[in-house]
Amino acid sequence: MTMPYYVAPEQLMKDRAEYAQKGIARGRSLIASTYAEGIVIVAENPSRSLHKISEIYDRIAFAGVGKYNEFDQLRVSGVRHADTKGYAYSREDVDARSLANLYAQYLGQVFTHEMKPLEVEILVAELGTDLHPNQLYHIAYEGTITDEDRYAVLGGETETIAQQVESGWEENWPLSAALQATVGALAGAERTLVGKDLEVAVLTEENGRRCFRRLMDIELDALLT
Amino acid sequence: MTLPFFTPLDDPGPDFAGLIRRLQVPVRAPASIGSSQAPVGAGGSGRAEYRHGTTVVALRFADGIVMAGDRRATEGHAIAHRAMEKVFPADRFSAVAIAGAAGPAVEMVRLFQTQLEHYEKVEGAVLSLEGKANQLGQMVREHLPMAMQGLAVVPLFAGYDLARGTGRIFTYDVTGGHYEETEHNATGSGGRDARTTIKLGYRMGMARDDAVELAVQALFEAADEDSATGGPDLVRGIYPLVATVTAAGFEAVTEEEVALRFATLIERRRVEGREP
Repeated sequence: MTMPYYVAPEQLMKDRAEYAQKGIARGRSLIASTYAEGIVIVAENPSRSLHKISEIYDRIAFAGVGKYNEFDQLRVSGVRHADTKGYAYSREDVDARSLANLYAQYLGQVFTHEMKPLEVEILVAELGTDLHPNQLYHIAYEGTITDEDRYAVLGGETETIAQQVESGWEENWPLSAALQATVGALAGAERTLVGKDLEVAVLTEENGRRCFRRLMDIELDALLT
Repeated sequence: MTLPFFTPLDDPGPDFAGLIRRLQVPVRAPASIGSSQAPVGAGGSGRAEYRHGTTVVALRFADGIVMAGDRRATEGHAIAHRAMEKVFPADRFSAVAIAGAAGPAVEMVRLFQTQLEHYEKVEGAVLSLEGKANQLGQMVREHLPMAMQGLAVVPLFAGYDLARGTGRIFTYDVTGGHYEETEHNATGSGGRDARTTIKLGYRMGMARDDAVELAVQALFEAADEDSATGGPDLVRGIYPLVATVTAAGFEAVTEEEVALRFATLIERRRVEGREP
């Protein structure tokens, strides 16, 4: 029987973190921001069918960056959790905070106990009510959870993007302004992004009970110009 | 509660009913639903009386379907509830109406609504109207043992088929068998009277207003003949629920419109001097 080499725990964690970060940095970034009527989520995604942004429940949306199959598995389990909870209790008992905590616990568990950490960063967004403000829960690959009430940037190289969003961000800005600013920040200085490069969705009460809606095609192009 | 994860081999997929079975979430047992106040039948037969929903109707018109249901729930010979809702949106483009044992019926609707939404979210695609009708059929079939004990649930399902561009109606029996209707149908204790009324006034390709009017008339006649069907409650201002499903989706007909149609109907009868 061969003895395993000793690896210092610090080194082990560092290696895992680096591995996950590399995987996440390979994909494109994603921004979520609040605006006058709700929350808008913008991702660079040329695919029309493999979504990065999706509906979880009446007022809750999910977004992920990194490895598609990994965050999609998280998305489906979130839908299952929310629907089960809403069915067993009531629709108003489903909240983003408990879901975000469950995600954080799961990601933390996988990061420390499994062979390979998940190469994902996820966002759980909840549209506010008169009693609660909008919430954006940003959960990293190792289970770190942060909550924002203005905007959140997910992905590999987020610093420059976050700076640009920060410089232009306004409270209660209209949807078109929020979209143009976030799309500009995603594109950076050298590129311009058009409707077909983007996946955009909003959470807003204008849509009735299910607040989630995708913005596509003509509607999106009109908002971007 | 924990996050539900499954291996690819035992993944329930987009099936919500399968998921809650797997997670052992208690489906509210129909056996526990019944009247707590009057466990013994009015006739003293010793049989428990359960709340029953009564008459619901559906008919096709040019742009889609109209669905309507009275508001009465009965427990034996007593009125158990005066404002029960029996017509529900199943999702954006379909509606479900229920007759039979009220407790399990309302629970079945809740499960059905969640099932359709769950499928849509997990799969990222909407079920076809036929697929939705089949799903409801499976739920009715699973309920068969309860139906054999006297707690039958007989839903009526209708919606707008986006692929075919037309409204469609499906009826069920207690075994889960479902049958597509070309024009109209009604179920529940007053269903026979409602059906006859619709049959007499029905024309192919009716306009929306005529179809709503006919549904209102059908419920009025059913309430006239059947003691378990509630008519318009003018004292409390409770009126049957009427809804349409068209290419624009599910839309409830406003209470004002329904009230006005009943008022006109009653006034017409009065002027004609017909027997009460």
